[in-house]
Amino acid sequence: MFVRLVYESFRRQKRRKVLAGAAITLGVTVATAMIAVATDIGDKINRELRTIGANLVVTPQEDSLDVEIGGVNLKPPTDGAFLNEADLPKIKGTFWHNNIVGFAPILPVSAAIRHEGKAQDVTLTGTYFAKKISYGNEDFVTGAKSLYPWWKVSGAWPDDNSQDVLIGERLAVKLNQKPGDTITLSGRQIHVSGILSTGGPEDDEVVAPLSMAQQILGKPDAVKRVYVSALTKPEDAFARRDPKSLSGAIYDRWYCTPYPQAIALQLTEAISHSHAEQIRQVAQNEGAVLTRIEGLIFLITLAALFASGLAVSAAMATAIFERRAEVGLMKALGAGKLAVASVFFAEAALMALIGGAVGFGIGSALARQIGHSIFNSQISISPVLLPVILAIAVIVTFAGSAMAIRRAVSLDPVFALRGEL
Amino acid sequence: MSHQSRDLAATRAHAKHTSMFLRMLVRAAVLRRGRAASALFAMVVAAAVATAMLNLYVDVQAKLQREFRNYGANIILVGKDGASLPSGTLSQVDSALAGRGIAAPFGLVVARTVDGQPIVVAGVDFDRVKQLDRWWSVSAWPATENPHFSQSQGEVGHPALVGVRALPLVSPKNQSFDLTFQGRTLHISPAGTVQTGAAEDSRIYVSLADFVSWTGVQPSTIEVAASGSPAEVAAVMNQLAQAVPAADVRPVRQIMEGEARVLGKTRATLLAAASLIILTAALCVLSTLMGWVFDRRRDFAIMKALGASERLLNGFFAAEAAALGATGALIGFLFGIGIAVWIGRANFHAPVVPRLGVLPIILAGSMAVTLISAILPISLLRRVQPALILRGE
Repeated sequence: MFVRLVYESFRRQKRRKVLAGAAITLGVTVATAMIAVATDIGDKINRELRTIGANLVVTPQEDSLDVEIGGVNLKPPTDGAFLNEADLPKIKGTFWHNNIVGFAPILPVSAAIRHEGKAQDVTLTGTYFAKKISYGNEDFVTGAKSLYPWWKVSGAWPDDNSQDVLIGERLAVKLNQKPGDTITLSGRQIHVSGILSTGGPEDDEVVAPLSMAQQILGKPDAVKRVYVSALTKPEDAFARRDPKSLSGAIYDRWYCTPYPQAIALQLTEAISHSHAEQIRQVAQNEGAVLTRIEGLIFLITLAALFASGLAVSAAMATAIFERRAEVGLMKALGAGKLAVASVFFAEAALMALIGGAVGFGIGSALARQIGHSIFNSQISISPVLLPVILAIAVIVTFAGSAMAIRRAVSLDPVFALRGEL
Repeated sequence: MSHQSRDLAATRAHAKHTSMFLRMLVRAAVLRRGRAASALFAMVVAAAVATAMLNLYVDVQAKLQREFRNYGANIILVGKDGASLPSGTLSQVDSALAGRGIAAPFGLVVARTVDGQPIVVAGVDFDRVKQLDRWWSVSAWPATENPHFSQSQGEVGHPALVGVRALPLVSPKNQSFDLTFQGRTLHISPAGTVQTGAAEDSRIYVSLADFVSWTGVQPSTIEVAASGSPAEVAAVMNQLAQAVPAADVRPVRQIMEGEARVLGKTRATLLAAASLIILTAALCVLSTLMGWVFDRRRDFAIMKALGASERLLNGFFAAEAAALGATGALIGFLFGIGIAVWIGRANFHAPVVPRLGVLPIILAGSMAVTLISAILPISLLRRVQPALILRGE
């Protein structure tokens, strides 16, 4: 009889059930989409923040002091220690290799450009543009092109294995060069593939493939510094502790958290005779920005959950209020409060499950759409969340209906049937 | 019929029509308190959520821009062709900025240590650098400069910040040391160390006054952190270029482009979230109100049976809806401002400024939603004979 009551209620009152079900679906859709966005926003914004450039730098351990003003190195370039280029792919072999979005080595050397008969000294920086590197059976592409999205090239980016270079825009104006020209640089004829504009010291430099800088310096395999861009976790008090003072499990927890310090330590371990450090301007501030944005989206998700909970309970209350006459009839025929309430709760649960499942589907699609249109990448919601969302839907629907059901079952059947309430 | 009641009937007959209209409105709200209250509650919540979201959406850009200013300078002034800037430049920059940002001058030279090692020495205004470059990890800032004080104790030396990589070279035991530049010596006692992970680690920072009197070199770079939107920063750059013709004014693209990207994405996410939430809230109001109006089909039928015109009926329900919408919007607006301010405090540690400009939008939106939810059921009921409704069919 109970099953039949519920079944018939769905069969005969399709319009009402569809309305209440739509409210539940909408509520769950919004909740699912917001939860999906909120759980992923940290990662997405972290990746956007990487467009500010590298947050870690690896230098030779025994390096002498830099004497550098405005990007111009005033020391003989042969001075000091170097890193080994062959060690670089090992960066992708560290524990947090998936968090390392890119890296670019640099090797500044001084070169002489012949211009209108006069020799002029310029800084030539060797780096990777979009270099293909293999580590184990993993291939990846890294270099300045992805690491420094604010570098604008008019013309073409040089190939990493070519003898083409980029010329900084201020230097190009001075030398009257344009893309496609040929310059004489340290005694060799070199093709200028593009003009580089960065807004930084590179505007006065020549930027060349790393191998060319190594040839000019006469040190194959030499690298002065490596800039690494890594997704990190905002630094907290635990991150600042000295790893040497930690022991056992606590050290493991420190080591296995993507703090800038922990990734720097792993880079130091991966590259021989090196010292890695966070670039505080980038690393410190991104933590602050990230925390703010995550906090904001979290609070807004709470607001969304609240609004959708309210929408569901409002719809349920209306749906039950409209069925006073039915309650009156059931009670007149001898149904107890418990029996009436359980019919309503069973209906509510059924609607919550159906509406919740549909809402979960639409919500995940919506989240994917948001991820696609705003961040150009996937926001995926794991199916593990489905039971959680369903449970929340049932709880919210119950909570929303509870008041209305309580009022409905305490009606006097006489008044209810006469329509006087 | 007594004399008294005849008087009452007479006064009522002469009273204006509007009073009956108002009376019906008030009685409708008072007699069905529960349902009216729940409709109002839904309206208030929706208006509050919408207010909070709109307020945050407008304000979050300013808040995040402030966070991004912690990245330091977004504009750099350098002397044309590497020349030093004229000595009055900093005050020109300050007056052009007029409080819209911080400027910090940097003078750089290569000096030599006692063993003849080259090292970069920078002259800075410590107070300004402290505000501009907040990411500098400094063990102790030198005391704010006092020329009389530092000259009178030449023995102790001029206070300086020493980069962590320079420290072992010049002052391994944290003792005072000498630097020479073009034959002139400056005696320095380290006040603290600076660590940034960048070029600063290899440098020594002395106060600008000490730097200028020692080297005779004026600062060559002024870094400026201008606050505001990209358009405002561009305006500041224009003004600076006009105010200081001797300098090249350059944007720090690295910071400005990253900032623009992150802000754009955050605002887009916020907009998506806000639209979803406002839509949900509006639908919640719509369903509650429609239920309420639909529920009063008996009132509607009685009025119609007593000869009320279509226009009067529409007007009555519309006025009721408008009153509900306006009240809900006003109360909700106050709550919403409260929520926005709280979120501002909790998340950005700065109050969100209430935007009164949001109020008309909320009012119009609320009234539109309430009107739709009143008119929709009425137009459905209009086609039904009052007799059918009154018989409960």
